[in-house]
Amino acid sequence: MQKAHNLKEYREELHETLENDFLRTSLDNFAIAYRTNRANIFKDIDVRGLIQEVAASKDAAAQNSEALFKEFKKNAEAAGVHVHFAKDGEEANRIITKIAKDADCKKIVKSKSMTAEETLLNHDLEDAGIEVTETDLGEWIIQLRHEGPSHMVMPAIHLSRYQVGDLFTEVTGKKQDTEIEKLVKVARRELRQKYVEADMGISGANFAIAETGGIGIVTNEGNARLVTTLPRVHVALMGIDKLLPNLRDALRILKVLPRNATVQNLTSYVTWITGNNECLAAEDGKKEIHYVVLDNGRSELIKDPVFSQINRCVRCGACANVCPVYRLVGGHKMGHIYIGAIGLILTYFFHGKEKAKNLVQNCINCEACKDVCAGGIDLPRLIKEVHARIQDEDGHPLPSLLLGKVLRNRKLFHTLLRTAKWGQKPVAEKDGFIRHLPMIFSKEHKFRALPTIAETPFRDWWKENRPQVDNPKYRVALFSGCVQDFVYPEQMQAAVDVFAANGVAMEFPEKQSCCGLPVQMMGETKASRDVAAQNLRAFEPDAYDYIVTLCASCAAHLKHNYPKLVMDKPSLKLRADAFSAKIIDYSSFVNDVLKVEAKDFTQTGEKATYHAPCHLCRGLDVHEAPRQLIEKSGLEYVECAEEEVCCGFGGTFSMKFPELSAELLKKKLDNVEATGADTLLTDCPGCIMQLRGGLKRRGSKVQVKHVAEVMSKNKK
Amino acid sequence: MPSKEDLYQLFVEKAELVAAKVTSIASEDDALKYVINLCGEKEACQLLVSGCEADLSDKAEALCDTKQKKVIAAPGLNEDLYKKLAAQAKKAGFECIDKGMRDHLAGVDIGFTYAEYGIADTGTLMLDCPGEEMRLATMVSEFHVCVLPKSKIKANTYAVEKMMLTRMKKTPDYLAFITGPSRTADIERVLALGVHGPLELHILLLED
Ligand code: SF4
Ligand code: SF4
Repeated sequence: MQKAHNLKEYREELHETLENDFLRTSLDNFAIAYRTNRANIFKDIDVRGLIQEVAASKDAAAQNSEALFKEFKKNAEAAGVHVHFAKDGEEANRIITKIAKDADCKKIVKSKSMTAEETLLNHDLEDAGIEVTETDLGEWIIQLRHEGPSHMVMPAIHLSRYQVGDLFTEVTGKKQDTEIEKLVKVARRELRQKYVEADMGISGANFAIAETGGIGIVTNEGNARLVTTLPRVHVALMGIDKLLPNLRDALRILKVLPRNATVQNLTSYVTWITGNNECLAAEDGKKEIHYVVLDNGRSELIKDPVFSQINRCVRCGACANVCPVYRLVGGHKMGHIYIGAIGLILTYFFHGKEKAKNLVQNCINCEACKDVCAGGIDLPRLIKEVHARIQDEDGHPLPSLLLGKVLRNRKLFHTLLRTAKWGQKPVAEKDGFIRHLPMIFSKEHKFRALPTIAETPFRDWWKENRPQVDNPKYRVALFSGCVQDFVYPEQMQAAVDVFAANGVAMEFPEKQSCCGLPVQMMGETKASRDVAAQNLRAFEPDAYDYIVTLCASCAAHLKHNYPKLVMDKPSLKLRADAFSAKIIDYSSFVNDVLKVEAKDFTQTGEKATYHAPCHLCRGLDVHEAPRQLIEKSGLEYVECAEEEVCCGFGGTFSMKFPELSAELLKKKLDNVEATGADTLLTDCPGCIMQLRGGLKRRGSKVQVKHVAEVMSKNKK
Repeated sequence: MPSKEDLYQLFVEKAELVAAKVTSIASEDDALKYVINLCGEKEACQLLVSGCEADLSDKAEALCDTKQKKVIAAPGLNEDLYKKLAAQAKKAGFECIDKGMRDHLAGVDIGFTYAEYGIADTGTLMLDCPGEEMRLATMVSEFHVCVLPKSKIKANTYAVEKMMLTRMKKTPDYLAFITGPSRTADIERVLALGVHGPLELHILLLED
């Protein structure tokens, strides 16, 4: 659970988990295994199509939730079930406690329910003098330890067999082994008597099906079947987000849920309960069944144009499984009750601003979660949106305000950059790095060297050196982004060289500025909009075939976010649509449009490996083009482990969480060095800054370059 | 459309992938023979790895002590078949029951059932068990043995949707998809079988 009061305390907490080796290793192993296994299990399935179907059906259900609830209630009641509606967690807990009291229930067995965690149901029941036992093994373990879950699907993933062995020794009063098989059997026996004694069972529900008034529960252990069978009273607590019109929709979700969650074709048990079924412990032989349907802010969320898509979440936990930040710090630090990417967002809505305000900053915007989400939710965008809202409510921190101010004024921004060049003179080394970190950086930033500002920015070079291209095949506008303009102009120059040789006429609209992603990342929505408008005015999209950028982050931001940012300004929106349709990244342009060929390059056969920038591979869904270009430009491409995992840069993220950035970078560089290649290529100047800086600090011989640079160098 | 034989193959492949033990049988008599043999071979109340000798709390131990004899539970079988099974069980010295599962919550050795349908693409059994006895038999047994007629294997869950709805609309209903034995990976993500439900799932594919 999130306890920190401010970012500083939060960072200290993060630091503690970074030192927990067991946690780190298990999350690492898990993340690596998950990725491969998931790819395998979806091998023969059109996963994108399936996700789209789920998204569409969940969206429709959300829009219809009131009618669905009515239908569900009517059908469930006709079948002998009591249906309650709870507007918030407190009310849900009150209803359930009352049911227990009225039916004279003293002992309760529970099958895992995230919704009950959300409402902190156990507290209220225990306060009422009722004994509650969690029967899901992981939940039971953390209940015994008085902890919250650290993963939605595997709540005790942070614990070792030794910790569990000690715990069970305490519980049984007998010394227990640490062999997992045995521990599981001990739990089986210990919990069996709890089922026998219980008068009430509480479960969640994965599906609430309106057409039948029944529910569906997905489990592996089978505890849900026992919990809903043995005690004479059954209460199922579910959010309104579980409502679906029909069985068909549930079966569709069932296709993606277990595959995404635990990489199974199907869980061991899927239990479909309709009506008050037989119960031989009840006087009349019928079970007393109650469905408690919880709102707790959900209906408001559904109405929100930006956040309504959260309703699509099926609680598979996959967004945590792939998140590089979660992988470092675990669920207790990346979530309050709900964890991982979705947890950052849900915490704000279900548990409030105070719990969410630190968490929400801990996203590097790598989009891995969005890529894997069973409901196709644009999680990183929503996380930023929550961040922005909190800042709007709480006031904006000074650095973020300042950056916003500066970026909104292109001339001021560029003047500052030019001045910085003079300011850095005393600390600049000849090799393009700064010797000592400037005062504003603390020692946590020492994990990487920082580059100096270039002698001549690209925009100045361009004025003198723009090539003349006769009879051009294509007309393009170049978008440089600030890093390439002011720090790495040579990357742009290399591209200009390749383009000119391939009959591309180029323009560099001078009024362009920073793409605005950094301020967006810091929750400065207003500034981000203003910058977008500025750039949109600087480019005349109709005049070009393409707008090319060598920066993956700029490309993704320009392409996907600009139209959204100016959504409320009709005239600009049209322009933004035209603009974003023309945006293309360097590799796709050179490989897929220009179709360069290997014969045009000197084949050196040097080994080169690749780092796939998040915003290229996931942001733009570009995978093959850069790898093909590496081979075409005369090098031998050697694959790197976890090539599509974030390098830890994340722009402002690395400033805010240097320790996390350093860890992500370390993993990346270990993998890079393991390939034995001397050259590391990538397509994003931000990544280059991070990777080069890190390798320099390590004293590594590996050279980092933009793909454009080798192409220009090896061009015949 | 995949042929009947393809579905059958796929079902076997997928079920075995999740640790179900699949055997083809020619007749119901074979099924009975299988159950009696299995019950004879297995040790009484041995929760495999951790058997009765494991250290349990006194309360849990007391529950275990309520079980004296090997038990086969077969609620929901048709009468003739049940009679045959009961007779053979008696001969072999096992207790055979078709009701009263609540007196056996410490566990029975074998739960013997008939599946309604099989779902090929996941190796899943579909069992309709509105009655409590059958539900319990499939849950508290150490081994669950389930007969699935070959003709009842369908391609995927969409293909059983209509059948499910028919049952669900005759409320109350309690329907289960069962895919492999009970499992957990909650401790160190290591797969362990039989956490609350059966430790083994035996599927007998009946030629029909
Ligand atoms: S965008 Fe990346 S860092 Fe952010 S929550 Fe998603 S996976 Fe985690
Ligand atoms: S947000 Fe998406 S990936 Fe995360 S738990 Fe929900 S459905 Fe799964």
